[in-house]
Amino acid sequence: MSSNSLHYHYVVPGDDFTQAGKASSAVKQILKQLGFNPQTIRKMSISLYEGEINMVIHAGGGEIDVDIDDEKITAVLTDRGPGIEDVELAMQDGWSTASEQVRGLGFGAGMGLPNMKKYSDELKIDTEVGKGTTVTIVVKLAS
Amino acid sequence: MLIREIRDILNAELLEGEHLLDTEVHTACGSDMMSDVLAYVKDQSVLITGLLNQQAIRTAAMMDMVCVIFVRGKRPGEDILQVARENGIAVMTTKHRMFTTCGMLYAAGLNGGLKRDEQ
Repeated sequence: MSSNSLHYHYVVPGDDFTQAGKASSAVKQILKQLGFNPQTIRKMSISLYEGEINMVIHAGGGEIDVDIDDEKITAVLTDRGPGIEDVELAMQDGWSTASEQVRGLGFGAGMGLPNMKKYSDELKIDTEVGKGTTVTIVVKLAS
Repeated sequence: MLIREIRDILNAELLEGEHLLDTEVHTACGSDMMSDVLAYVKDQSVLITGLLNQQAIRTAAMMDMVCVIFVRGKRPGEDILQVARENGIAVMTTKHRMFTTCGMLYAAGLNGGLKRDEQ
């Protein structure tokens, strides 16, 4: 059983792209301070960063909750955006609904969700069209 | 290759990270699409990009990259340099275009790194 648990909460604004990634940067700093190994930190940072960017470009922002216990780091990203119509399709490399404007910002190449799957140990997507999406990212701590 | 050497090869202007000039870099990645950069982890790497926003720096930071080169003479604003400062990333600007920049560094011995998985 886990004896220690840390919790962090972030609000991700949806109206300012320049801020996108700030929460992920803050989490990365915390993970560094806690002394996790660089690979673990990178896995969570990249997954969370892609998720945070998605929240901003697709869902008008949302909230991120990060829990750290003895075994794993869990990040839950919750938004009240449009939801994902076809998750299987969204998981495919290169598939994207992002606008040209978003592409001009360096994202929307259809690699966000595939990257999140690649770097996380567990990725869960609960989504309902018109209601929103909750993405859960788990990175296990190296034993 | 040292960040100092990169600056000299590209005749680039260092805008942030004077203290990082003697940092060794092993690989480079050239892209304007940040998710493509995030797809392959490389150690001690350089990002060459024409994307001029804070996310270019944040992306590099997530990947533990140590230097970002803006091509075609693009000059980042103070907000972008501030993010670089916070993350310990050197920033430079070169007049060369993306293809030329990549070619010059490749010819000088910097490679793209192995296309390996992050594990």
